[in-house]
Amino acid sequence: MEHKRLTLFAGHYGSGKTNIAVSYSLHLADLGFPVTVADLDIVNPYFRTKDSAEVLQRAGIELISSPFANSNLDVPAMPPEVYRLVADRSRYGVLDIGGDDRGALALGRYVPMILEENDYEMLFVINKSRPLTRDVAGTLEVMEEIETACGLKFTAIVNNTNLGKHTTAEDILASDTYAKAVSEATGLPIKMTTVKHALLQELPEGNYFPLHLQELYYEIKTEDTLWQN
Amino acid sequence: MEKVLMKGNEAIAEAAILAGCRHYFGYPITPQTEVAAYMAKRMPKIDGVFLQAESEIAAINMVYGVAATGKRCMTSSSSPGIALKCEGISYLAGADLPALIVNVQRGGPGLGGIQPSQSDYFLATRGPGHGDFHVIVLAPASVQEMADLTYKGFDLAEKYRMPVMLLADGTMGQMMEPVALPEPQAIKEAPEWATVGTKCQRKHNIANSLYLSPAELEQLNFQRFERYAEIEKNECLWEEYRMEDAEYCVVSCGITARVAKNAINEARAKGIRVGMIRPITLWPFPVSPLAAAAEKVKSFLTVELSMGQMREDVLLATECKKPVFACNRVGGMIPAPEEVLAKIEDMTK
Repeated sequence: MEHKRLTLFAGHYGSGKTNIAVSYSLHLADLGFPVTVADLDIVNPYFRTKDSAEVLQRAGIELISSPFANSNLDVPAMPPEVYRLVADRSRYGVLDIGGDDRGALALGRYVPMILEENDYEMLFVINKSRPLTRDVAGTLEVMEEIETACGLKFTAIVNNTNLGKHTTAEDILASDTYAKAVSEATGLPIKMTTVKHALLQELPEGNYFPLHLQELYYEIKTEDTLWQN
Repeated sequence: MEKVLMKGNEAIAEAAILAGCRHYFGYPITPQTEVAAYMAKRMPKIDGVFLQAESEIAAINMVYGVAATGKRCMTSSSSPGIALKCEGISYLAGADLPALIVNVQRGGPGLGGIQPSQSDYFLATRGPGHGDFHVIVLAPASVQEMADLTYKGFDLAEKYRMPVMLLADGTMGQMMEPVALPEPQAIKEAPEWATVGTKCQRKHNIANSLYLSPAELEQLNFQRFERYAEIEKNECLWEEYRMEDAEYCVVSCGITARVAKNAINEARAKGIRVGMIRPITLWPFPVSPLAAAAEKVKSFLTVELSMGQMREDVLLATECKKPVFACNRVGGMIPAPEEVLAKIEDMTK
């Protein structure tokens, strides 16, 4: 897989950008690159890159995140260090952009610098299981809104079709047709299909990128709900 | 049906549309804004109305207007915004109008914070507004239940002609899980009490909560409470978890019930016979299973994102027959399973 100096993950909110950004940063660090990951999310109040701060720190990855992420202050603040990351060509940068056009707005101010350097990938994260991007038309609508908002064109697609922890190998295989249709309609190549690590052995050979999903303390083993009346 | 991956807030919005709601009035506030954002995208495509009002108070009064026409309608907000809506909710109750009010709770009091909370329990269950009234309060503990209880909430509101509150916590609104969405319901004809024009064929219907005669107003209150007694008898929902042989009983709803389940499983592995009763309707509160448990177990433990508001209902339901211990976190903090486990172990000492 080819790696540009800057890798930007954008897409519909809830498409899985943060999980991929964290896993992709770990992958770059594994390859020996000096990596910085920046959380540009100005949309989500909870479940931020900062949740993975410990994992990132152990891997020697620098995290740039708003001091207000996961706090009680509800302001769409951008950390000033992002400018340094975009300018400092000695490091590999992974940028986690907030969902939809509203999230992508935050990227706009860095676009002239990114275009000037021209060593970037802008990846469109898609998930067929999300209600508003279940078909090509809905997915394209989100894509155009994001490109218009930030002024940067996507360069490739990441197929991140998943149902969270309940994703099966069949879900991944079934999403292939959808991802190819999006690729055909946009002319963008599919850079990779992401899967949770445990599913890799159930899938045939392919261009799969394994994700390390965070364990959440509120996961419950039994999903059965008994309604009594 | 094929499952989709949804945020809790999105599941509320889509389930409302499937239940036949075509009128949404709101005002943004974290952590429920995705309800409004989703409605803004979807409503124009299905001939529905999405309106961002100038304030929470305006939004609830728009709900009052549409509710009076017998159409399914809703608003959503989070704790401080719900406090603003309380006057309007009381007017809806006083005029016997059905509507769904979604409260995705955040920490308080005051402006508080944006992290999850369950501290609007009193506000919701004791009647959110002035006067003698109740709203049915539904407390989901999964994204699937966010959808199912929203859908059911519209039916309950219509059946009993009263406001229903979906009382979720911020985590429920923000977390993502697979959902099997319910079947779409056909948009119904206006009910006979709706204010949709007489066409000179009948007497006027009036949506009103002002009564000049004290005797008439008293009678209306009496009748409303007869209806409430019927709801208390027929509409209680709860889940029992590992209660068959339980010596200790955890009581919790929403996100903390999920944390408590993990703690209960760990306690069981250590040989402690503990189970849980999870109220799904907070009003009407499921008194009967708790009263029955009070005859069997040694003690109770409430786990809440409040300073112990639901604990009072547990004390009432069990008539203080057994001790009720508490595990309370506030300000947006959520207890870890280990913390709940430690409280369970303390109960056995």
